[in-house]
Amino acid sequence: MANTQGTTGLLGWIDERFPLTKSIREHLTEYYAPKNFNFWYFFGSLAILVLVNQILTGIWLTMNYKPSAADAFGSVEYIMRDVDWGWLIRYMHSTGASAFFIVVYLHMFRGLMYGSHKKPRELIWIFGVLIFLCLMAEAFMGYLLPWGQMSYWGAQVIINLFSAIPGIGPDLAVWIRGDYVVSDATLNRFFALHVIALPLVLVGLIVAHILALHEVGSNNPDGIEIKKVKGPDGIPLDGIPFHPYYTVKDLVGVVVFLIFFSAVIFFMPEMGGYFLEHPNFDPADPMKTPPHIAPVWYFTPFYAMLRAVPSYFGTQVWGVLVMGGAIVILFFLPWLDRSPVKSIRYRGLLFKLLLAAFVVSFLILGYLGALQPSEGRTVVARICTIIYFAFFFLLPLLPMIEKTKPVPERVTEK
Amino acid sequence: MKKIILALAFLALPTLSLASGGEGYPLLTAPIDPHNHASLQRGAKLFVNYCMGCHSLEYQRYNRMAHDIGLTDEQVKENLIFTGAKVGDTMKNAMIKSEAKHWFGVTPPDLSLIARSRGNDYLYTYLLTFYQDPSRPFGVNNAAFPNAGMPHVMWDLQGMQKPIYETHKGTNGEETKTLVGFELSQPGSMSPPQFKEAMADLVNFLAYVGEPIKLERQRIGIWVLLFLGLAFVVFYLLKKEYWKDVH
Repeated sequence: MANTQGTTGLLGWIDERFPLTKSIREHLTEYYAPKNFNFWYFFGSLAILVLVNQILTGIWLTMNYKPSAADAFGSVEYIMRDVDWGWLIRYMHSTGASAFFIVVYLHMFRGLMYGSHKKPRELIWIFGVLIFLCLMAEAFMGYLLPWGQMSYWGAQVIINLFSAIPGIGPDLAVWIRGDYVVSDATLNRFFALHVIALPLVLVGLIVAHILALHEVGSNNPDGIEIKKVKGPDGIPLDGIPFHPYYTVKDLVGVVVFLIFFSAVIFFMPEMGGYFLEHPNFDPADPMKTPPHIAPVWYFTPFYAMLRAVPSYFGTQVWGVLVMGGAIVILFFLPWLDRSPVKSIRYRGLLFKLLLAAFVVSFLILGYLGALQPSEGRTVVARICTIIYFAFFFLLPLLPMIEKTKPVPERVTEK
Repeated sequence: MKKIILALAFLALPTLSLASGGEGYPLLTAPIDPHNHASLQRGAKLFVNYCMGCHSLEYQRYNRMAHDIGLTDEQVKENLIFTGAKVGDTMKNAMIKSEAKHWFGVTPPDLSLIARSRGNDYLYTYLLTFYQDPSRPFGVNNAAFPNAGMPHVMWDLQGMQKPIYETHKGTNGEETKTLVGFELSQPGSMSPPQFKEAMADLVNFLAYVGEPIKLERQRIGIWVLLFLGLAFVVFYLLKKEYWKDVH
C-alpha cells in the first residue's frame, strides 16, 4: 500500500505512522526560500549552530562541574587542567556564549534592515524577542557558575536591581537569591535554571520561531513576498528549495564562522578580557568588592542605559524601568513600524539615517557600559539612550514624510 | 563588499580596549618567553624557594609541571618538593590560612591564576618595585600595589631600594609627589640586571602555571585553522556547483 508521500519499504512503513518524509519535505526539500539571500542571512543558521555547540559542550562541562560555593571555582580549574580536552570544551562554551550574542545581534539587525518583523511575520519577531530575553537570562545565570569575582559581584549588582522596585523589591531580591547575599543557595538554583529550565524554554521558543517562519515563508533583502508570483506548479518563481541550495550555502557560512570562532578559542580565549574577564580568575570573595564591576560585553548597552538615568523621588527604579523598557519596546516594533515598504532598499533616506543613528547609539552605549562612569560619559550615555528610544517613537511618524521608492515585482540579484 | 566590511567591523568591536588603569606607577613590560624551558625551570626554583612558604599553587600538579617545563619526576622530587608531597599532588603548602591572616592582615592568595587575573606586566612590576618605607609594618612598600601586605621576600637577592620622588606644582599651587624610580641603598647578592632576569623567569613560570595548556592550544589551533581553510575551499566549490543552475 502506497502512502501519501509515495514511499515504500521501511521508509514507507515509517511514513504511514510518522510524518518523516513529510517533515523533511515541508521544512527542507520543499521549503522554498527566496533565491536572493545575502550575507545577512547566514546568522539564523549560525545561531542554531552555536546553540548546538552550547548544549553539547554544556553537557560535557556538567559532567565535571560542581555547583557549590566551595567547589565551583576549583572544579572549573579541574576541567581546565585535569580533564582530557576539558580546556577546549570550556573555551568552546565560554566563547560560544559571546558568539551567540554576536550572531543574534546581527540576526536582529538584519530583521530591522529588511523589515522582517512586519506583517505577516509579527509572531516570528515576537518569538525572536522572547528568545533574546531567554538568552540574556541564560547567559546571566551561566556567568555566575565559574564563581569568580566578576561572576559574584556582577550577579550581586544585577539581582540588586530588583530591590529598586518599590514595595516588594527587597523581598523579591531575597527570594531570587534564596539568601541575603549571593551565596551557595543562589549558585545552586542558577545552575538548575541554566542547565535545564532555560535551555528547555529556549529550544521550545526556537521551534516556535522556525515553525512560524516556515508557515509564512522567509522575507528577503528586497522585502517582497515571493509567494505572490508562482509558476504553474504552484512553486514561487523566485523560490529555491532550502535543501540543497541553502544547506550547501550555509555550510560555507559555517566554515567561515568556525574560522573566526576557532581563532578566538585557540589564540585569544579571553578576547582581551571581554569574553573572559580578568577579575574572574580570582575566586569569588563576598568580603572584597572589586574596584570596577562591569557586566560582560553583551549586556553593556543596557547597563549603560541603567546608569545613565538619574534617581528621582528618592528611588533608582527609573533606570531599571528604562533598561527593561529598552527590551520590552522591541515587542511592539511590528506595530510601530508603519511603512508600507519592508526593505531598507526601497525606503527613504530618513529611515536609513534613523537606523544608522540607532545602531551607532547602541554601539556607543555598549562601549560606555564597560567603562567606569564619568560626568562626560554619563551625558553621552543619556544622549544615546534618548536616540535608542527615539528610533522607536519616530518610526510610526516616518511614513507621513518619508518618500519610498517603488518596490519591484520580482526579487533582484545583487 | 562594503556590507561585508561593515559586518566585519561589527565583529571586531569587542576588541576595543577595556578601561585602562591610567593612574599609579607605570607598568614595566615583562620580557617572558614561554618556550624557554631553562627560564621556566629557574622560575619554578625561585617559586618553591621564596614564594611557596606562603603562597600555594593549588591547581598545579608537580608532575604536570615537570613534564611541561622539561624536567623528570625524579628531578622534581629531589629538588622542588619540600613538603613531603607526592609527585602527582598539587603544589600546596603547609601554611594555616587563619594564622596567616593574623600575621599579614590578609591570607596570602593562591597564585595558580594570578598571571591571568593581574597580567604578566603587573606581576613583573610588582616583584621589582618593593622599596623602603618605614611607615609600613614590614618596612617596605610597593609601587605596583601600594600598601601591599607582603614583606620584601627577595631582599637578599635584590637588596633594598629607596624611592625617588618628583615634586610637581599643580595649577592651584598644591604640591604633589610622584614616585618616578628607585635607587639601590643596600646591594643584594644579585646585580640589578641579574635580579630583573630572575623576576622575568618567575613571571614566566607563573604565566605558565596560569594556563599550562597554552602552548599546546596554540599548536593545535594552527592545524585547526589550516583544516578549516581547506574545508572552506571544498565547501565553496560545492556551493558554486549546486548554484550553477540558479538564475
